Amino acid sequence: MNETVIHTEKLTKKFGNFTAVDNISFSVEKGEIFGFLGANGAGKTTAMRMLCGLSYPSSGKGFVAGYDISKQQEAVKKSIGYMSQKFSLYEDLKVWENIRLFGGIYGMKEKTIETKTAQTLEELGFAKERNTLVKELPLGWKQKLAFSVSIFHEPKIVFLDEPTGGVDPATRRQFWELIYQAANRGITVFVTTHYMDEAEYCNRISIMVDGKIEALDTPKNLRHRFNAKNMDEVFQQLARKAKRSDN
Amino acid sequence: MKAVSVQNIKKSYKSVQALNDISFDVEQGEIYGIIGPDGAGKTSLFRILTTLLLADSGNATVDGLDIVKDYKEIRNRIGYMPGRFSLYQDLSVEENLEFFATVFNTTIQENYHLIKDIYQQIEPFKDRKAGKLSGGMKQKLALCCALIHKPAVLFLDEPTTGVDPVSRKEFWDMLKKLKEQNITILVSTPYMDEAKLCDRIALIQNGSFLDVETPQNIIKRYPEILWSVQSDDMYKLLKDLRNHSMIKTCFAFGEVHHITVNKDFSINELNKYLANSGHTGIDIHEIKPSIEDCYMLLAQNEKQ
Repeated sequence: MNETVIHTEKLTKKFGNFTAVDNISFSVEKGEIFGFLGANGAGKTTAMRMLCGLSYPSSGKGFVAGYDISKQQEAVKKSIGYMSQKFSLYEDLKVWENIRLFGGIYGMKEKTIETKTAQTLEELGFAKERNTLVKELPLGWKQKLAFSVSIFHEPKIVFLDEPTGGVDPATRRQFWELIYQAANRGITVFVTTHYMDEAEYCNRISIMVDGKIEALDTPKNLRHRFNAKNMDEVFQQLARKAKRSDN
Repeated sequence: MKAVSVQNIKKSYKSVQALNDISFDVEQGEIYGIIGPDGAGKTSLFRILTTLLLADSGNATVDGLDIVKDYKEIRNRIGYMPGRFSLYQDLSVEENLEFFATVFNTTIQENYHLIKDIYQQIEPFKDRKAGKLSGGMKQKLALCCALIHKPAVLFLDEPTTGVDPVSRKEFWDMLKKLKEQNITILVSTPYMDEAKLCDRIALIQNGSFLDVETPQNIIKRYPEILWSVQSDDMYKLLKDLRNHSMIKTCFAFGEVHHITVNKDFSINELNKYLANSGHTGIDIHEIKPSIEDCYMLLAQNEKQ
């Protein structure tokens, strides 16, 4: 049976008289790879911050991993993982120290952290890099490690904010394989990206325009509906209607 | 005269070889793309050609001038848009543009025709501080500032990184228009899908060029037959494909997987194998490679 892990009803966020997120309602199932797209300023980041328990909704409801995002923010934070291209790991800490730090923050037991660190590094083929400073790793390795760290505490959901910008094509694929693997294990993946070829890896995609969700479906259905060759064309058709950009 | 001519440029930082014997020419009026991931050497190359960094060895000319001897004159003749937003955040849109015009001893009016199409899009916000602009608008302003002195060669270092698809498309449309004004454009990008918008591209990895050609020829030279494979369980499909001896390489490409195959490949055989492994919704067909397929193959051959 399907289990809903993210659910929102008319979720709204206003800053003064500006409605950044405007009445969005959607659900994401367990183990789904869900792409959250939109132009700059469409409201993606604001929506994601609410879902991560970092910002209170102005109105409407939202549940993440079964917790109310208006009332149980701490419980929400414990059930999710987060990674972005801009921030993921501490450059001045060694590989194992980063893992230890994040494991500790999420309240994992010392013993568990230890065994799981060895296992994670083994799976990534990073066992030799255990004592390397993160700043000395190539970008692609950092991104793979950052993703593994973000799901180290076995969250129900992991939020990825433009995770693969600038990474070489081969590594980008290894990265997506890690995402497939996590989803296959039942971790729900919620991902934003500006790159439409990446959107096609997702099971379903939502496209936000001016604070609203304008379309939500599988990539295939979206292409059919908009009579488009690829997701880029779908996106261009929808996002060009936007009245506001972030200005 | 070539707009840019580079011979055997090398540059290293401590133990890292950033550029390893790079040579190439850019014709006048060409849009020339340097395409590769972060850390491949794109920025070092741009900084050397814009006279902001000295190469360890090798020569280069820009607009016929030597990058070491004639560095001052080169700076007058080129426009440079670095990867990081580098305008004055505390100055308004108009003040930034005026500042750059003044530095180059010209006025906004003198070359207004060059920037008109672009500037008109941000003119309604000309009194806004540059730091308060959206990503797409910052990019447009930066391009205006790089153009205001009518450069012969324009260097754009990752102008579209982090920009949404609509603004990206607009940006490339602007570049096409500039090309009509006979401005030579060197542009770098980590995004392979932008390659087809260039006249010629250089694929760069670890400080070396893998290939230099028109995008069409790079695709034509792809030595393998490429197949697209799809089923209802894409993750399992990836593993199953890699386990079969007929399959040479297998990579995820959005909704489908791309495979190259050995001589013993047969489509019926693969269909049967996948069906026996429990796959449903199987679709296999031959496809044309993209620049990204080509890059991956070249990058892999280089490593071996």
